[in-house]
Order: sequence, then structure tokens, then C-alpha cells
Amino acid sequence: MRYIPHTDADVAQMLRVIGAPSVESLFAHIPSTLRLNRPLEIEALDEMTLMAHLGQLGAKSSPSTGATIREGGALSFLGAGLIPHHVPVAVDMLLQRAEWYTSYTPYQPEVAQGTLQAVFEYQTLVAELFGSPVVKGQPAPFVSNASMYDGASATAEAVLMARRVTGRSLAIVCGAVHPQYLGTLRCYLDGMDSVGQASIKTVGFGSDGRVDLQSLGTLLADLGNQVACVLVQSPNYLGVLQDVAAIQALAHKVGALTVVACPEPLAFGLVKSPGSQGADIVAGEGIGLASGPSLGGPGVGLFAARSEHLRQMPGRLVGETVDQDGRRGYVLTLSTREQHIRREKATSNICTNQGLIALAFAIHLCLLGKSGFRRLAEINLAKSEYLKQRLSSLRGFKMAVSGPTFNELAVQVRGRASDAAAKLREQGIFAGVPLDQQDFELPSLPDAEKTLLIATSERHQKADLDRLVTALDEVCP
Amino acid sequence: MTQTKSGLVETRHLLHHEPPIFEQGAAGRSGASLPTLDVPEVSASTLFGDLHRDAEPSLPEVSEVDVTRHFTRLSRWNYAIDIGMYPLGSCTMKYNPKVNERMARLPGFAGLHPAQAEQTLQGALELMYRLEQVLCEISGFARVTLQPAAGAHGELCGLMMIRAYHQSQGRFPRKVLIPDSAHGTNPASVTLNQMECVPLKTSADGLLSAETVRAAVAQHPGDIAGLMVTNPSTLGIFEEHLAEISEIIHQAGGLVYMDGANFNALLGKVRPGATGVDVMHINLHKTFTTPHGGGGPGSGPVGVVEKLIPFLPTPTVEHKDGVYHLNYNRPQSVGRLRSFFGNFGMHVRAYTYIREMGGVGLTQATEMAVLNAVYLRALLHEEFPPVSDKPSMHEYVTSDKKLKKETSVQTLDIAKRLIDYGFHPPTVYFPLVVPGALMIEPTETESKETLDQFASALLAIAKEAHSEPDRVKHAPHQTALRRLDETKAARQPRLRWMPQG
Ligand SMILES: Cc1ncc(COP(=O)(O)O)c(C=O)c1O
Repeated sequence: MRYIPHTDADVAQMLRVIGAPSVESLFAHIPSTLRLNRPLEIEALDEMTLMAHLGQLGAKSSPSTGATIREGGALSFLGAGLIPHHVPVAVDMLLQRAEWYTSYTPYQPEVAQGTLQAVFEYQTLVAELFGSPVVKGQPAPFVSNASMYDGASATAEAVLMARRVTGRSLAIVCGAVHPQYLGTLRCYLDGMDSVGQASIKTVGFGSDGRVDLQSLGTLLADLGNQVACVLVQSPNYLGVLQDVAAIQALAHKVGALTVVACPEPLAFGLVKSPGSQGADIVAGEGIGLASGPSLGGPGVGLFAARSEHLRQMPGRLVGETVDQDGRRGYVLTLSTREQHIRREKATSNICTNQGLIALAFAIHLCLLGKSGFRRLAEINLAKSEYLKQRLSSLRGFKMAVSGPTFNELAVQVRGRASDAAAKLREQGIFAGVPLDQQDFELPSLPDAEKTLLIATSERHQKADLDRLVTALDEVCP
Repeated sequence: MTQTKSGLVETRHLLHHEPPIFEQGAAGRSGASLPTLDVPEVSASTLFGDLHRDAEPSLPEVSEVDVTRHFTRLSRWNYAIDIGMYPLGSCTMKYNPKVNERMARLPGFAGLHPAQAEQTLQGALELMYRLEQVLCEISGFARVTLQPAAGAHGELCGLMMIRAYHQSQGRFPRKVLIPDSAHGTNPASVTLNQMECVPLKTSADGLLSAETVRAAVAQHPGDIAGLMVTNPSTLGIFEEHLAEISEIIHQAGGLVYMDGANFNALLGKVRPGATGVDVMHINLHKTFTTPHGGGGPGSGPVGVVEKLIPFLPTPTVEHKDGVYHLNYNRPQSVGRLRSFFGNFGMHVRAYTYIREMGGVGLTQATEMAVLNAVYLRALLHEEFPPVSDKPSMHEYVTSDKKLKKETSVQTLDIAKRLIDYGFHPPTVYFPLVVPGALMIEPTETESKETLDQFASALLAIAKEAHSEPDRVKHAPHQTALRRLDETKAARQPRLRWMPQG
């Protein structure tokens, strides 16, 4: 076994030092009633056979690709919480340095400055993207943590944080939030409240796809001092940019925090950051920019909040300090919030996070840089607007909602969306997510069964968009 | 690069003191490679109006060369398994096989979108199904969910199922018994379920005794939700009374949760699901070699016995007539704990590892992991006495008790001095019940020579503690940065880079 270095002679010598007759004797104190008395039934494979086996499994699925890298995969317009972007080769090449991927959490800062500084830079990037602008000479308005599991659990943790900050328990969820984010929130709040009694109220959206501000206002006027936070997703599940500032103004009046979920952070290359729109806590998902889709994981839960709420933040934080010679360095800090010190009173139970994917996210943002990030956002917007215009001109097609969008569109097609998607699948196109698809459904949307959620990005060329439009027009009745 | 007073670049063995990326580059520089737009340009400010972001986020302005060098240079300030032994107790830092990395990057895995139709995901669903099957075989549970993203997420999931199980019977007992040696995530996960911890005192021999559990149960009649126990415990010893303890808990109507962080001690030896444990999480990033990535991602599958199957998170992967499908029709399920299907990339790596090792190989891994820990104990026990007389399993827990009595050197100093000898320190000051704990987990992938060197280093430090205590107390001396001021970091938090001025 190539990962186990022991020779028979090693084992014999080690047993002699220990004073034990056999390896088996090291397990003799385990009560025999608890012991397994047969070999585990799993066959071992050599590397070539192993690779063939995994290769065969891999070949049984069709990867989603953009057209430009279409190699046996399908031309994909799937998004719905994960809009895959082109991740430069340099990102994964750098991640494959063993110093990054085979190191542990930086508990010993003197031998982990690489990870610590990288996390510090990641925290800076996330705060920059989601927070309000830094004013020279003033303290940082927003801080990011070192990552959460994913966008959905980060959003749930953001709501829990808002409950701690306000001492209130109700979360008002503005439509349309990703159904899996909402499901995760319910699951977390079921834990804190009573099963099936999660303290959640939802507010619907109007024909523009944006939250109905009047209903939100009425609900807040009614429930006022019970509300811990108003949760809004932007761009929301229908791809529409929410007016976070207007929502925040209403929430603020009753002393509730505003939590913004952002599954597509690229939007904030062109859209005012949630922080500048008044958000208190921002939770996002970085997988689309950080790594391949990998069936949705591992990704990275982005998490930023106003600095005044720092002590209630979940997760690890890296801070700048100096060593005993006065050199700049970095350490894990403020851990008195965390489970290993505070135990049952901790702000969260999170320990292992998504560090490596956070690093990938940071590397990609550095590569794009100030102008590249903006330009990438512009390209995404332009592709999506082109598609919007082309699809809207098809007979019987229309945008399901009218609000401003970034790179994802909810489109009403002729007939059932799932039928259209199935027919396009046969042509090697993943046309989008039918909004009545299990686990992705949005029942609050009228005519959900006629609606496809279509994501575009820089990965699609004009010809790909045209191909989608033509194919959809052909297969729809 | 940091400039010295003379204006020259300062280096050490060509390791650069690397300033934050925000202090590098030049206005107008970029490392992006973006396609030319082949559709009409649009005006975001017209489309977005008030929502338009006027100033772009202030990201670095650097080339790909700058970025590559920056992150390569930073990486060189990290210790890593591929550099040497990483004996962090409770963390199981074993070698991460290279083939796993290659397999996880196959387009048929890495390129899959979670919203694809089932029939286009058959290979991935089959892999998840097969991984569940092998984990069931190894752990003895009836089913396993792969959804949780890490160990603590698995705890949350397991406790939710325990709660849902009780509530399905019209009960809501609140107390969860937890030994005082448990990891902090255990009590923190209990709180997230609106339940309360009842700490149990570890006996003098280091074990959890049946009497302690019986007494705690008697104090909370009708209110026992369950027990959370780590086995082997965080003292690295097997909970010999667990069968009896499980029976006490079951009789009180509770369920037994096992924290499987230390499962590397039990492969092929004990199947917890077949010995009275009802729920357990498995850390793929410990026992099954998925890399830690400097803090994550992990993966924390949770195994359950038959009666808890209805409560597993949704969806589950099922297999019927040669077709794999996702089952969402699970009315008693706790729901979902995150988006999509868990950290699938870690599932691919763990499955690859398990299939390479096979049942015999995994058993051998456990045997050699235990042999290594017990061997280190034999080499070190005089200077570093074990905290329990019970036999060690996969890790050997000691402390600074003896050295602190004889010298002024303590655990932190020992840890830092080990760095000068070329080793990553063990886990320190955990478990909290052992003052000055040093928790050493070599894992099976370390050779006898490495263990001998490691033991020699620790023994040399013990000598130095007597002869040259200051040298130990000011360690490390060989690192680019010396000990860092953690108090300053916490008192004046600087959690992001800020422009000067
Ligand atoms: C005993 C024990 N329990 C639980 C955990 C938490 O696991 P994770 O970090 O994967 O969330 C750890 C490790 O960090 C541990 O050592």
C-alpha cells in the first residue's frame, strides 16, 4: 500500500519498543462484543484500474459548458444560484500548490503566514465588493469573515446573526429568494424555534419581480418590534435587481436589520454594493467565480457585515498584527466568539470552512482587477440584454417579470418550460431551469410551469445565444 | 517587496517578505483575459439608474505574473503535509493522494451543474450512491447523507434528526449529555437546536463512566434527548463503557450521537452503527484524505440507524432498475442544510481513496495509525507522560505538566520550538480538560524514521527546557516571523487592508 510506509521489519521493531506482541494486541482493550469480526467488503484497485473506474463514472454524465469549451458537454444556460464563469487556468494551477491545499487551518501563525495573509486579502476583497466604500482615516465600515460553507448556509447564519444583534426572532423574507436558500433558512430556524414553526414571514413580488414594498411596509407596521431582519436577495431568484435602499429604509424604521443574499457577486461590478444601499449583513456565494460548478460544491459562502456588529459575526477572522520584532504579520483573531472558546455560547458552530475556494475566489478577483471585474460584468450584462431582446421578439415569449436584470432572465415560453428544456437537451443544450423543476420551483410565480430561468455569461458567444433562441422557437408549440 | 533602509530588497533563502497585493501593481494594469464583445454594448447606468455603481470596486491592478508570484510566494510561508509530518491531534493530517485531485477534476464531475436533469447526472449520482454504500459498510449504519459541508455541519444535521425523531413521537426532550473533553463544536451545535448541554465529567482514568451517565440521566427524568460522545475520545482512548452507556441513554428515551472525528482509529475494527450508536458524522477531510485546503472545504457525511432514515436531509439518492434518481418525497425529513448536494468534489476524492485502499487497506491504515501513536507514546512517555493510563489509539495526548513543574517552559513554548526542528506542532491546549494539552496524531502515513526524528526533537526540547529555557521560550528562531502579537490583533482589530493616510 503506497500510502503506508511500514515494512515488516519496521513493525516488528516498533512493537518491540512498545512491548506489545502484535499489532492486533493494540486493539485488545476494545470489548470483543464491539469488534467487527470480518474483513470490510470493499475491493482495492490499483491506480490504473481506479482511474478507469472513475473515468467511466465521469463519462456517464454530461458536463455543462459554455460553447467555447464545448468538448462532449452540453451548451448550458443553467444558473439558479450557480452561474459558472470562465475561471482562468492560473487559479487552479495556483491552488494545486501543495502549500495551499495540503495545509491545515492556520493555528500556528509562524508557519502559516501564507494562508493567513491570503485570507486577510480575501476578507478585504469581499468587504470591498459587498460593503460601503472605505473613507480614508475612518475605521473600516464593513468586515468579512474567512468564509462560510455556501451561500445558503451563509444566508441562514446571517439571519441568526441578525436575531442576536436585535434580540428579536422574526425574519421577513422578500420574494423571490432562491428556494434552496429559503429551505436552508427554514431548516436552521426550525432548529432555533420549533420544528415547522420557523419564525419566517414572506412577502411576495410584483409584476416587476421586485418585492412588493407596500405589503412589506404593512407587514413591518404590524409586526414592527418582533422583526429581526428583512432578507432580500439581489439579483433575486428571477434575476431581478432589488431596490435594497428602499427596503432598508422600511426595515430601519422598525429597528430591523437588512440582510442581503447575493448568489451572483459579479453583479456588483456594475450595481451599487449592498453595503452602500444600507445593508447590514451580506451573504453570498463565490463558486461561479472561484471554481468549476462541481455539482454545486465545494463553493464558498461569502459573508460581510457592518463593523459595529463584529462581535456577533460567525466564523473565523484573520487580523493584522506584528511579530515580536515589529514586522507586519497575520493571526486568527477575535476567537472568543467561536465554538472552541465559547462552546455553547458561540456565535456559530462552524469550524472547518471553505478556505481553499475562498483563496480561488480571491485569486480570480486579483487577476480580473479593478478594470477587468467591471468589464466582465459589462460583458455579462450585454450578453443577457441581447438574449432578452431576441427572446422577447419571439412569438408568445416574454420576460416573466419586468424589473432590471443582470445576467439571468426568467422567460415565459410557449407551452411547458420543462418540455422545451427536454427537447433542447436532446440537441445538446441545457436551456435553463424550468421553474417547476423539483427543488428549483418557485410556486409564487404565476405560470411557473411556463417559465425558464436562463443564465448567460461571458462563456457564451453570440452564436450560442442565437442557437438557443432558434432552437427554443423551433421546439415550442 | 519590502525594502530595507538601504533600498535593497530583503530576502531570506529567496523567500520574499511579500506585501499585501493591494500595495502592488500600477494604475491601469490588469491580469484579465476577456473576450471581445460580439453583441451590442449596453449602458448599465441607463439600465440600472440609481442602482448603478459609479466607482468600480477597488480591486488590485496587477498582471497575471504579479498574481502568480504573489500567491506562489505566499504559499512558501505555509507548512503543508507535502512538506512534512503534521501531527495535529484530532485533525488526522494524513497524506492527500494525488490521484484524488486528478479524479475530482474530470469534466464529468467538475463540470456538472446542480440544476441539470437527473438523466444527465447518472455518473455523479452513481458515485454518491456508491460512496454512501461504502461508508455504510465501513461505519455499520443503515444510510448516510452526504449533504453536510463539514464535521460541525454534520453535528447540526445529526442533532436535527434526533430532535425531529423525538418530535415525531410527540416529545421534545432538551438535554444533551456531553463529556467535558468534547470539541467545542458539539455544545455549539446543541445550542443551534434549542437544546441544552449537560456536561459530564471524565473519570480519573480518562474514560466516561456508566455511573456518571446514569447520575446525569437521573437528574433530568424524561428530558434526555441524547448523548454526544467522541470515540475514541479526545484523549485518544477508546470509550470502553460505551455499550453500557448507550443502553442507559436508550432506556431514558435518548439517542446516541457519536462524533466521528477520530474514526481513523476504528476502520475495519469497530462499526459504530452496529454497536449502539444511532447517529455519527464522518469527516471525509480527516479519515478519508480529502485535503484541508488551509481551513476547508471539508465534508461531513452523517450515518444513521434504520429508525432515523425518514429524517435524513432531502434529497436522498436512490437506485432502481439501473437508474439513479433523487428522492424529494420525504415528508419527515429535516429538510436541507445548504444548497445543492454537499461538497461533491470532496465526495469524488473520498470515494477514490476508499476504492484504492479497499477494506483491507483501510484496516491496515487504522492499524498503522494506532501503531504509530502508541510507538510515539513509548518513545516519549518518560518526559511527556500520557494524560491517561489507558492505551492510546490513533493519538497520544500528553501535556506540559512534568516540564512545567521542573522548568519554566510550557506547552506553547514546546510547540513553537518544534517548528525550529522542522515539525509542525501538535494540537495544543485542546481538550480543555487537560491543562497544557499536547495532542499528537501522527497518522499511518508517517514512517518510523520520521517518528524517530519527531520524538528526538521533543526529547531535545525537554533537555533544552532545563539547560537553555530562554531559547525554548523565545522560539521559533528559524521562521521568517517570530511570535505574533495576538493581543494587539484582538484589541485593535484590523480585519481588512486599508489605504494609508
Ligand atoms: C473532535 C472534533 N469534533 C468536531 C470537529 C469539527 O469538525 P469540522 O472542523 O469538520 O467542522 C473537530 C475538528 O475540527 C474535532 O476534532
